[in-house]
Formats: sequence, C-alpha cells, structure tokens
Amino acid sequence: MSSLPDVKEKWTGKVNTVVIGATPEEGGTRTSTVTIGGAETLPFLSFEGAVGRRPAIAAEVWDSGGEAWPEVLRQAYGEALSSPGEWAKKAVEFGVDLICLRLMGAHPDSGDRSPQQCAQTVKEVLAAVGVPLIIWGCGVDEKDNQILPAASAAAKGENCLMGTAREKNYRTIVAVCLADKHKLIAESPLDINIAKQVNILCSDAGFPVGDIVIFPTTGALGYGIEYVYSIQERGRLAALRGDKLLGQPVICDVGFEAWRAKEAKAPPFEGVTDETRPYWGVMWEAATALVLLQAGAELVVMRHPDAIQYVRKAVDRFMPADEEKS
Amino acid sequence: MYVIGERINGMFTDVKQALREKNAEVIKDLARRQMQAGASALDVNVGPAVRDDKGGMLWLVEVIRSVTDAAVAIDTAKWNVMSAVIPQVPGKKILNSSKADPEIASQYVGLAVEQGASLIGLTIDAQGVPGNVEGRVELGAQLITVAMEGGLELERLFIDPIILPVNVSPKNPLHCMQAIAQIKAFADPPPHLMLGLSNVSQRCRNRELINRTYLAMAMAQGMDAAIMDPLDTELMDAAITAELLLEKMIYCDSYLEAARQGQPGV
Repeated sequence: MSSLPDVKEKWTGKVNTVVIGATPEEGGTRTSTVTIGGAETLPFLSFEGAVGRRPAIAAEVWDSGGEAWPEVLRQAYGEALSSPGEWAKKAVEFGVDLICLRLMGAHPDSGDRSPQQCAQTVKEVLAAVGVPLIIWGCGVDEKDNQILPAASAAAKGENCLMGTAREKNYRTIVAVCLADKHKLIAESPLDINIAKQVNILCSDAGFPVGDIVIFPTTGALGYGIEYVYSIQERGRLAALRGDKLLGQPVICDVGFEAWRAKEAKAPPFEGVTDETRPYWGVMWEAATALVLLQAGAELVVMRHPDAIQYVRKAVDRFMPADEEKS
Repeated sequence: MYVIGERINGMFTDVKQALREKNAEVIKDLARRQMQAGASALDVNVGPAVRDDKGGMLWLVEVIRSVTDAAVAIDTAKWNVMSAVIPQVPGKKILNSSKADPEIASQYVGLAVEQGASLIGLTIDAQGVPGNVEGRVELGAQLITVAMEGGLELERLFIDPIILPVNVSPKNPLHCMQAIAQIKAFADPPPHLMLGLSNVSQRCRNRELINRTYLAMAMAQGMDAAIMDPLDTELMDAAITAELLLEKMIYCDSYLEAARQGQPGV
C-alpha cells in the first residue's frame, strides 16, 4: 500500500515568548499584560505545529504633532490627537492590546521636547489607560540617549517595551531597560546580518536575548514590502532552524509606513472616486499589516480604527480555535 | 557540527595517569573544558592505561556524569566491554563503534536500539579498510541497511569512513571525502557522516593546520560530525566558519561569538 509523503516541515527551533506590561501583583499598574511569540512553525500553519500566541496590535500615539496627521486619521481620533492621554484612551476603545507611545515631539526638528516633558507624557498615558505600553524614541541617537532614560524611569516597574537599540547606539537603552526592567526593541535597517549583530551586541552588554523584540524596519505596500517580507521570512526560517539570536518576536511599524504612502494620503487621482478615496489609507494600512503578519510579525503598530478592526478579524480567522491552550 | 571531544582517552598521558591514580579532578576538568569549548558529546576511551577496561570505563563515565549530561561515546573495539558498559551509562550515549559486517553490525544495532543509544559504524569489515571509494560506499550502504532493518533511526547512526594518516595513505583523504558525499545521498534524512579527524595528521608536522583544513574540506562534502579536539580554538573556529559558508547559519560580524553562544556546553 502506498501512502502520501509527509510534507510537514520539522523545525528544531522556536520563537521566544515575551511578556509586556506588569499588573499590580507584578509590580506595575497595568490592568492587562500581553504575551507575544512562541511559534514553533511558520505563521498560522497550525497543521505543522504550535503557532504561538495570537499576534498583538498596538495603536500609535504621539506625544505631540498628531494634529498634522492625514485627514482620515484626524476624523477618527478628533480632538484627542492633541492630548496623548485622551488619544490613548480613544485607541483602547478601538480595541487594541497595547499603546505605542512615540516620542516624536522630542525630535530636534519637531518640537525638541525635553526629557522631563517626555517623562510627563509617559506618566500621563500610563494613568489614562490600563494596557501595556511601548515607548519609542524619536530616532535621533543623541536625543534618544537623553529622553529614553527619563521615559524609562517614569515607567519603572511597568515592564514596557522600549525602543530602539541600534548597532551604533545601544548601550544607553540597554542600561536603562536593565535598570528599570523593561523589554527592548532591537532595530536593524532591513539587514538580516545586522539584526543578528544588534542582538548579540545587546546580549554582550548584559541584556537577555529572551527579552528582545526584533524591529527589522518596515516598508509599506508598494514601498519595498517584498524586500521587508523576505528579510522577515529569512530571519524566521533561521529561528525555526535553531538560531537563538534570531529567535525573537518581531514588531512592525505598519501605521507609520502605510500612512506615508502617497496613495494613502494624496488627493484623488485618476480612477479613484471621491466615495472610495477615504478608505485608501485604511486599506493600505490593513493590507500592509496582513502581509507582514504572514511573514511572521508578532506585534503590529497601527493607526486607523477600521484598519485595526479589519486586521483583528482576519487574525481571528487565521488562528486555530484552540490557540489559548498553546 | 556535532563535535565529539576526543580528549578523554588513555592514549593521552594526563588521562592515563589520572586513570591509574583515580584522579577524578583531571577528568572533570577535561570534561568541563571540552563542553565549554563547544563539544556536543565526549568520547571515552580507556586506552592502554589499565588492565580492567570495563572498570576503567565505568569510572570515567561516573566522573564525567558528575559534571555534564552530555552524550558519552563509549569507545572500545571489544564487544564484551561495550555490552557490559552501555547498560550502566545513565543518560545519552553513543556506541563507538561497530564494524560493517552484517552479523557484527546487527548485534550493535540491537544494543543501541535496546538502550536508546546512538551508534558509530565504521566502513571496515573482515577484509579491512577498503582501498577505494566504492568499497567504503558499499560498506556504508550495508550499515544503513542493517540499521533500518534493526529499527535504528538514521538520525542516530553515524557512519565513519575511516581516515588514515596522509603521510601513510596519500589517496585516503580524497577517498573519504568522496565516500562521505555518496553515502550521504543514500537516505533522506541521511545518517550522520563523521571522521576521527586527528588521525589524518598522525606523525605529521603542522598537525593543527592539516586537521582544520581537512575538517573544512570534509564538511563541504557533507561531514556533520567528528571526533576531534574542541580545545583547539582555531579548529573550532574553522568548523563554525565552514558552517557559515555552507549556509548553516546567518552571517553577522560577531558570528563566531554568536555560534559559541549557541553551543550546548555554554
């Protein structure tokens, strides 16, 4: 008797799980925590093995400058865009698992807010919502090295996810995350070799690789997403083959990139009616998120409530029914 | 690379003396250092040090087990020693080694299956080591057949095509490489292919250089395990680098450190 060959892949490695947030029993003040990671096979292939925890969605909140977001987003959040606390509350109503507070206003070209102001904003958002927090710097090394220690201290004990550590600038953030007990985002510029290198640098500096989340840099639909996909996929395949320095969950900066696309925010152009126009950005964001979830992203940072809703429903369909047991 | 540390062998004077004096610290130290250097398993060979092979072997295993859970390869050519020692080894173990004659190999396969152990099979039979590639490949195939018939998963079979010193048998290194590539193609998943690496440079000058050059060459043909000296840092670095070049890992500037971090002994 002949039998069909077994086409299931057998993997030797797995993706670490990372817990973000701390409840009062754990020394924080969050009302919920989020666990990501744990996959033992490629995304959503539950017939092959454990797919790990359900991917989480974070809503992006800026400390200042949200008023300049595209019209469709301004309509969704309204007045709240000028108050990080109110903004975060509104996002939680939209059903996200975490808040990603981006300290954009600290950028020297967009407000140059001080470390004290940043710390104040962190406290404000922590007080406004109960979900765990991602705290993301402004991307300028020197400034991040000033604001992230203050932001970290303001959230001490809350087990936030702090970012980002980069190849040329990781020591300060590693030190503060260790001191204040936060998880760490390790960033690389769409380069699998550097992704691994940043992880080993952070590890050599004393940070446990099991507490790292990889940010491999995100690109939106139509703006290099194939490349982003293949980088994430290579990293995930290496992790499943046992590379412990790539076996970390992945975060994608979906909203930020999708809403930079001209299709998402430019005025109507040929073939696009005024009625469908407002949804282009929403669909652009949702499509970008879905593609990157298929590449193995465990955590997507998003903006528009309709896109968030759409992705959540899609994940409901992709996840096996018994996910909670894993 | 599955590195079986070669240093706990009565052929080495420090081990020989430790065996005679029952000096456990020397053995513990060698076990620890080999594991820290990246060994996956430890070979154990009493050598000519003591008359009581079985007693010497059991003492070495007991001492090793006090410092590591790593697999131990019981290295003896005597069936009576193997069959007496293996059941008394706690944890992961490897039978080192069986010849390829079916009646001999099936006995070893039976013991390995019964004891949940792995087995090293040599491509040598009653006629000795074949003088050509074909003979080695044939004996390799014979070992695979006996293993499959006896119920030993091929992941637990290591085939050693027997490397002879390059100064004695100049064609042998090339033959072994070709045999490795051919035997590897016999089954999917294939058995492990391995060598007692240091033998290639017996009584030669530049031993370390010969060992690590040959290691990289044999790995390119599919060798994925070796009995070798993990305390030779340059040799271990060559193994890691060969794996990098064979796309067994993703490059990063600190790939050596990264690979060492992932080692079982760390």
